[in-house]
Amino acid sequence: MVFAVLLVAIFAFFVIDAAFRPAYDWPAVGKYLFDRRISMAALVTIELTVFSMVIAIILGVILAVMRLSPNPVVKAVAWFYLWIFRGTPVYVQLTIWGLISLIYTSIDIGLPFMTPWISFSTNAALNTFTLAVIGLALNEAAYMAEIVRAGLLSVDKGQEEASVALGMSWSQTMTRVILPQSMRVIIPPTGNEVISMLKTTSLVTAVPFSLELFTRSRDISAETFNPIPLLIVASIWYLFFTSILMVGQYFLEKRFSRGVGDRQTDKSDPAAPTTGAITGVVPVVGAGQPTVVLPPKTDAPGTTGDGGAR
Amino acid sequence: MSATTARAATSVDVPMVLAEQVTKSFGSNQVLKGITLEVKRGEVMCLVGPSGSGKSTFLRCINHLEVLSAGRLSVDGELIGYRESNGKLYEMAPKEASKQRRDIGMVFQRFNLFPHMTALQNVMEAPLRVKGLPKAKVESTARDLLARVGLADRADYYPAHLSGGQQQRVAIARALAMEPKLMLFDEPTSALDPELVGEVLDVMKGLAKEGMTMIVVTHEMGFAREVADSLVFMDAGVVVESGLPSEVLANPRHARTQAFLSKVL
Repeated sequence: MVFAVLLVAIFAFFVIDAAFRPAYDWPAVGKYLFDRRISMAALVTIELTVFSMVIAIILGVILAVMRLSPNPVVKAVAWFYLWIFRGTPVYVQLTIWGLISLIYTSIDIGLPFMTPWISFSTNAALNTFTLAVIGLALNEAAYMAEIVRAGLLSVDKGQEEASVALGMSWSQTMTRVILPQSMRVIIPPTGNEVISMLKTTSLVTAVPFSLELFTRSRDISAETFNPIPLLIVASIWYLFFTSILMVGQYFLEKRFSRGVGDRQTDKSDPAAPTTGAITGVVPVVGAGQPTVVLPPKTDAPGTTGDGGAR
Repeated sequence: MSATTARAATSVDVPMVLAEQVTKSFGSNQVLKGITLEVKRGEVMCLVGPSGSGKSTFLRCINHLEVLSAGRLSVDGELIGYRESNGKLYEMAPKEASKQRRDIGMVFQRFNLFPHMTALQNVMEAPLRVKGLPKAKVESTARDLLARVGLADRADYYPAHLSGGQQQRVAIARALAMEPKLMLFDEPTSALDPELVGEVLDVMKGLAKEGMTMIVVTHEMGFAREVADSLVFMDAGVVVESGLPSEVLANPRHARTQAFLSKVL
């Protein structure tokens, strides 16, 4: 109780102090919050997030299925991909993508060691926005792959057996039986990943792509020599978007946990206790979730964020 | 070509299931130590024995859910999971193996219905996706099958809203939807409350009466005595004794059979 009062007091003091501290320059915050350059940049941030996530989810599903494939070569390729993209910082990856035209000066389509059918310059084909999306998506795909894999593994083994015993092929078993059931394990952590991605877009300055929210704010403040209010402006926009996403995720999770609860509680049938047998699906839902690997990623924006600010 | 000739040759004389020295090991653990047995067309065989005796593993070998370590196994004259060429056995591609499984229905101890599909969708799934039959036809067959297992009014229920006995009956209908020539039952009533066992056994009795070839791993000795044509007692990966159910149950010759039956009867 005393602690709570103390907390409120400290917080109130901080707010009142901040309100009158000139360095925060609140009038400037108000001025730039709806500046056209800033709102355009916010839109670009959303675009980066959406494009990267969509590609990452598709790639992640493919990688996860590959990791569970009975073919050892396919499995090894997926493992290698995850090893590279989870084992190196996203900031470094984005920087490398920015330099890709130095490594591969042209993109050739054709047979190896032969004159290519089509050839164009890398610089012309891939602008910095595209490179930023590629960089973010390929990195995120590695994390999505782990989430999807946890989801696939959460489905009772008996489901696969039943499907195979009916004569269904491996791909039919995956798409018709395993993937649909793994969705309720996959969707909640994917929501987390979207929020995380929105913030990670601030690192694309490494490419360098400079039209998204954070870099744009830095560029404006570099002209005005007044960095603090613009950082606050950027933060407000980020908070606005993440808040929307968090609300969305809350409802999404509620919907999916209700699906599970439904199956357990709706036992109006007198003989219902025996349905416990199928709840083989339910307990593993929890088991699947902890496997979600966020920690290594969440420090990335913090540590590399300094690099971006420099 | 060879498949059609093989099928043409299948008549009454070819057994539905022929197992010769079937061996299966998991690592260094030999679970099946040379099982040889024969199931005739239309025969109902009950496999009994203590847990860990290899009954379920043997059943799973029949539709190639488990790969044999040695020996050979054929269903309806067709070698399962392998193709023979110049006296050598080659493992089949997964596609061919799944083609063979279409003709072999399997019912599991824990039902393994697809929880995200209704009873009707569960029954329709394989004929639609695997056989690619037209939807209207598949649906009417599926409704007939559900009616046959006494669940016509439960077609639109999800498995979670069905009792265990009802789920297992849907599972049987699902297996029958592929029009199998052989049905495998892996302890179909073991996960059920005692009062629900009867309804599932009744459906199985009906199937047996219609002439379906069935292999049933079970602890229901009453069912074995009443319905089965033959009873096989397995222990520690070998067939200890087999014969008419009434004889084996009444006068077990081997000490191990006697010990087991004295516990379950």
